Amino acid sequence: MADISFLMLIFFLMVSTMDKEEGISRRLPVMPPPDMKVEDQKVNRRNIIQVKVNAQDRLYAGNEIMDITQLKDKIKEFMTNPQNDPNLPDKEMTFIEGYGDCLVSKGVISLQNDRGTSYSKYIEVQNELIRAINELRDEWSMANYGKKYTRLNEEQQAIVRKAVPQSISEAEPKDVTKRRR
Amino acid sequence: MSKFVKKGSGDTPGISTASLPDIIFMILMFFMVSVSMRQTDRKVIVSLPGASEVAKLERKDLASYIYIGTPTLQYQSLYGTESQIQLNDSFRSIEDIRDFIASERESISEAERQNMTVSIKADENTRMGIITDVKQELRRCSALRIMYGARKVSAL
Repeated sequence: MADISFLMLIFFLMVSTMDKEEGISRRLPVMPPPDMKVEDQKVNRRNIIQVKVNAQDRLYAGNEIMDITQLKDKIKEFMTNPQNDPNLPDKEMTFIEGYGDCLVSKGVISLQNDRGTSYSKYIEVQNELIRAINELRDEWSMANYGKKYTRLNEEQQAIVRKAVPQSISEAEPKDVTKRRR
Repeated sequence: MSKFVKKGSGDTPGISTASLPDIIFMILMFFMVSVSMRQTDRKVIVSLPGASEVAKLERKDLASYIYIGTPTLQYQSLYGTESQIQLNDSFRSIEDIRDFIASERESISEAERQNMTVSIKADENTRMGIITDVKQELRRCSALRIMYGARKVSAL
């Protein structure tokens, strides 16, 4: 009995993988129909922050070159706009069901990359952006519910997600070189 | 007085093996539950980039995988060392993604099609060019839920 079980155990060890399926979840924007003209969405300039990564993996955010370690704080400052700076995004009073009126930032993070950017750098930048948003959500839920975001129940999490939206837009790739077909 | 003298030899009895099958069965059950079968052979070398804010893929059965990376040594003579795309078990080009997505979509029940996730597993040294092409093609096939495969590392 033990021998047979051992055999099966060894079989399962051989054929299986233990790798966990983890990663950064994203939603791609819908492809516009080909006959539609690409027009820039009317977003006020103060509501948008450009994060660019070039082919040398250098980072440019807002209007300055910066290190990856500074990015998170920059994004947090951009999204919260603590001093109501006219150059930083607008806030809008929005009604959130189950909570009430709440000031929601209209900021949008626009991420652009070059074809030569390395994937690891791209993920690193994405990760920093998400980390900034996650920290903001934690702070918001701490202030309103006294708990961290992950410890809230489903409904509360949905409210927090509306109050602190994760608005990261991946820009249309620019045709620097002609697409090979 | 001999009443209190210990009987028999003083040796400790051997451990009973009667429960061994049960124990092995338990380990077996654990592995069967926790493990996923290896479905495809990897033909490209993929070492995932690290990230601290990773989320778990909720429905593994609704996921399809696109591997991007350098071909393994045995295929390098045929396909070179440039990054290649692997779908299922073979090297494919960007144009084949459309058919791949269509066939993956067919295999999922109608009710859950909108929850289909495409997991992009790319090597950390890949250039974004090929990944951008893949993303554009996915948008064209309206497979919009994607996941960039990453390994969990703790924050700095």
